[in-house]
Amino acid sequence: MSAASTVVKQPEAVNYLNVDNRIKSWLLTEDHKRIGILYLITISLMFLAGGIFAMLIRLELLTPAGDLVMSDTYNKMFTMHGVIMIFFFLIPSIPAVLGNFCLPIMIGARDVAFPRLNLASWYVFTAGAILGITALVLGGVDTGWTFYTPYSSSFSHTPVIIAVSGVFVAGFASIFTGLNFIVTIHKMRAPGMTWLRLPLFVWAQYATSLIMVLGTPVVAITLLLVAVERGLRIGIFDPALGGDPVLFQHLFWFYSHPAVYIMILPGMGVMSELIATFSRKRIFGYEFVAYSSLAIAVLSFLVWGHHMFVSGQSMYLSMVFSVLSTLVAIPSAVKIFNWTVTMHKGHVALYSPMLYALGFIGLFTIGGLTGLFLSATAVDIHLHDTYFVVAHFHYVMVGGAIVAFLGGLHYWWPKMTGRMYPEPWGKLSALVVFIGFNLTFFPQFILGYLGMPRRYHSYPDEWQTLNVLSSAGATILASGFILVAVYLLWSLRYGAKAPANPWDATGLEWKTSSPPPPTNFTQRPIITEEAYNYPIVLSNNGEPEEAMKQEGAEKHEHA
Amino acid sequence: MSTHEGDMYVGHQFEDAEQQLDSYSIGMWLFLVTEVLFFGGLFLAYIIYRTRYTQAFVAAHHELDWRLGGLNTVILITSSLTMALAVRAAVLNRMKAVLGWLGLTLLCASGFMVVKYVEYSAKFEHHLFPGPKFEFQHAGVDSGQAQMFFNLYFAMTGLHGAHVLIGMITMMVLAIRLWLMRKQRVDFIPIELTGLYWHFVDLVWIFLFPLFYLVGGN
Repeated sequence: MSAASTVVKQPEAVNYLNVDNRIKSWLLTEDHKRIGILYLITISLMFLAGGIFAMLIRLELLTPAGDLVMSDTYNKMFTMHGVIMIFFFLIPSIPAVLGNFCLPIMIGARDVAFPRLNLASWYVFTAGAILGITALVLGGVDTGWTFYTPYSSSFSHTPVIIAVSGVFVAGFASIFTGLNFIVTIHKMRAPGMTWLRLPLFVWAQYATSLIMVLGTPVVAITLLLVAVERGLRIGIFDPALGGDPVLFQHLFWFYSHPAVYIMILPGMGVMSELIATFSRKRIFGYEFVAYSSLAIAVLSFLVWGHHMFVSGQSMYLSMVFSVLSTLVAIPSAVKIFNWTVTMHKGHVALYSPMLYALGFIGLFTIGGLTGLFLSATAVDIHLHDTYFVVAHFHYVMVGGAIVAFLGGLHYWWPKMTGRMYPEPWGKLSALVVFIGFNLTFFPQFILGYLGMPRRYHSYPDEWQTLNVLSSAGATILASGFILVAVYLLWSLRYGAKAPANPWDATGLEWKTSSPPPPTNFTQRPIITEEAYNYPIVLSNNGEPEEAMKQEGAEKHEHA
Repeated sequence: MSTHEGDMYVGHQFEDAEQQLDSYSIGMWLFLVTEVLFFGGLFLAYIIYRTRYTQAFVAAHHELDWRLGGLNTVILITSSLTMALAVRAAVLNRMKAVLGWLGLTLLCASGFMVVKYVEYSAKFEHHLFPGPKFEFQHAGVDSGQAQMFFNLYFAMTGLHGAHVLIGMITMMVLAIRLWLMRKQRVDFIPIELTGLYWHFVDLVWIFLFPLFYLVGGN
């Protein structure tokens, strides 16, 4: 560790950022780190677009009457919010940004297995995002993000074909990333980096990549068929042509439920890194946490029918899907328990990434447990398509995936940019996001329980108080996100120079300089120890105790 | 950034040629897995509607000419053989043979597309393309159900045809590149990967042919 950090101190050291500053060198780069940064820029812009729609939705719901926009416009707003946030932000967020940047370094490789395919992935994704924005500029799509037929095939007068093409194209970016990661993890590991020495982030990315590779082609063909049905009247799903719309739902959810795990699994990977680093301890039950990622990936393909309890599928099918959906709770709980136990008797250091991680544990637990309510068929029939469902998946997608993304972004920011973010502001943002989030979405559980349906722009007067609370929370949450954007951008110029290992963490990415050199390491690392090998020291009474590197931590605090 | 080990080109991210070959092979097989799932959605739709509208599917399939379909099957299987021979020639570093076998494979692929064109035009003439002009008269068979047969026929053979076209373009690019670098050792990895893809395309047709042309029998 110390040997590597002496290399860093020389100011003129060549790193992946200063090696070539021309725009062309960025647009044609094959460096996984630069591609991660390119992805970060694209998805941040998409997050902004999706966020604006979220705020417009909350603004409309401030009052019971549908007074800000017409119902048609409202349909377009929640559709574009969902499409952008899911396909153009959440799915690529952690894998394509943090995964792209960190994964090859974490396994001791110079790059991913297919660097050009990696760059192609970003171009394809950007093309998809442009198509998505084009659909928006042409008036927006009103089908809901699920593109259910026959809404999307026969009854919509909006640019559905352009929107589904955008999602179709972005799907290929996802396949490219997944394929690249699987091959990279299998074939590019440094000598001594056995499977059970891999950081848990890598395990999570592996499980995610399996889902990307196996699921995405199915939604691709499904959306292609919707486009063909609209454009050429070759109908597979149109009842007027003898088709069955429920088949669309089966095919769509066969991908789109696993896609939920594409969004949350990488977040769980980030969590394992944060918890281990800031508790100065090896993750409790490493193997269980690693295999639980695979278990979630496998189960993810067996539960899609829980979206269709009221779509007229067979009662017996619903019973099977209900049981299988409940099983997802087991690997998820394994993770939560093991993280908590890791913190137990650890030296927990409450830096901003750790604050985000603690937020994740609370929010994901609520999101996961309410998922159990919804997997029970009888309860689901009451709660289906209400705000309870909206609150549930936002607790998982925002409280889980986005909070983990922000935690990971703070954690690896010094590595990615070579600058420290301002710690007090980081802590404040974690707090603001946590409070804003709960205020936005907790009232929605109650609203859903009371029966408020999703996707309507007006509601009875008695629900206004809870809706006002939710809209107020959304404002706080948005301020939290803006705060993060402002100080992270600020730190690019004014932040303190980051040392190679500001957190005193284990892991190969901390053994190279910040920012890393173009080939990641000056010489190929050889791995001789397991992940999270934090030193154990004996305390005064002879009990083994994990060492806390107080010195290193303080050094950074004053930096 | 890249090194040449012997005559083999090794990308900068790899340690040696073996790691590179393994990576490309796994990558290609994974890609074929995604292709299986891509077609899988359509095969699922076929199974469901075939079970639901058995009579209509049997009646509608008589509109397809099994002789033309059979001819195309023979052509594609032959092209798989020539492709395999091209890969073998590449491993043995016989440049002329590689180009020859690739040329023959391309010829077969073009033959397949010509037969497909003949078949498609006949369907258009007989108003069997789905849409407002669709007409299908058969005692005891619902025209809408028969149309589903042709929906699937055009969707699946169309998607397959697109894959044949992509294969042809890949082979042409490959042949031109090989021609330009004919003085060097044959880089067999791209030829092998194209070969894997081509066998996959062949294999899909092996399923499509009986499902559409021979379904239900007589």
